[in-house]
Amino acid sequence: MIAGLYIDGQSALHRSAAGAKILAMIALGTGVFLIPDWPVVAVVLATVLLFYPVSGFGPRILWAQIKPVLWLLVIFFAVQLWLADWQAGLLVVSRIAAIVLFASLVTLTTKTSDLLASLERAMQPLRPIGVNPEKVSLAISMVLRFIPVIAQVAGEIRDAQRARGLDRSIVAMVVPLIIRTLKMADDVADAIDARSFD
Amino acid sequence: MKTKDIVYVALFAALTAVLGLFPPITLPVTGVPVTAQSLGPMLAGAILGARRGGLSIVLFLVLVAVGLPLLSGGRGGFGVMIGVTGGFMFGWAISAFVIGLLIEKFWNRLNVLNAGLSIAFGGIVVLYAIGNAWVAVVAEISYWQATVGAAPFLIGDAIKVVIATAACLAVRRAYPLISKAG
Repeated sequence: MIAGLYIDGQSALHRSAAGAKILAMIALGTGVFLIPDWPVVAVVLATVLLFYPVSGFGPRILWAQIKPVLWLLVIFFAVQLWLADWQAGLLVVSRIAAIVLFASLVTLTTKTSDLLASLERAMQPLRPIGVNPEKVSLAISMVLRFIPVIAQVAGEIRDAQRARGLDRSIVAMVVPLIIRTLKMADDVADAIDARSFD
Repeated sequence: MKTKDIVYVALFAALTAVLGLFPPITLPVTGVPVTAQSLGPMLAGAILGARRGGLSIVLFLVLVAVGLPLLSGGRGGFGVMIGVTGGFMFGWAISAFVIGLLIEKFWNRLNVLNAGLSIAFGGIVVLYAIGNAWVAVVAEISYWQATVGAAPFLIGDAIKVVIATAACLAVRRAYPLISKAG
């Protein structure tokens, strides 16, 4: 199974409800865009940063969250410096950093299973417009099962194409992979229907 | 939706995740990384059609959002979804839908030309229109500046359009899944 990005802990954020954290994230994301004052956004960012040690995450985990967007932040700051002034640069950079770091905080402190459970609850009111939460759950569990299967089939096809000298052709890799897994999907669908899922 | 459709949707969500496992190729001179993952939305739309293709990418994005490290480089979680490149993530779902719509329309007389153009339109024009708009808002730069910044990635996308077109036509011959034609 694929491990989620959740890191176990006992902090207040770990214990809060998944739905509440998602609402807080939406509120924060909207809020920092409505306030065009860099000092306010910087305070928001500082508060988010403070939550890392409070939730039991050290500097290494914090760095891992911001590292992927770091080069973009540098470019955006430089562009603002060039077009406007350093205040505009600080606003843009602290805004993005606050959103990304808070969103990562939600991911780090919430179990994937809890998020999926609140997703299923949130989908219940959508039933009248044709959304079936059970079918969505079925699809989600199938994706998790299919990932290792597809990876294994891909490995087998790569070996077979290497024997034919075709291992550098992506098309020779992708087409058999799709057709073989589509055949498997048909069998899986028949098996589900045979057990009267509907 | 029939059980078969649900399984296909799950299959292409999983396929998109597996494409993220391949290490990115770095283009010479520009140093821009090209990942195989964005092939996923193109294939989903071109092989499953608009509705199932779009839904499979939505499903993939839901799993990324709830914290599974399925994006290339092992990334995932809400941070990437609503961060700088978030527009490209949501754009993937719309891109798969648009590609599916066009492929369905051309289905009975699908050839290299109209399949390629359909995939290029959905996978590049539509995707970048959404992705660049998002970047422009988040970084407070103009739309034009965002477009210029994204230009180096087009080389990789052009290669992916060629691969997706070849795959779409081959799968159509061997295992057609779109029956209706407009």
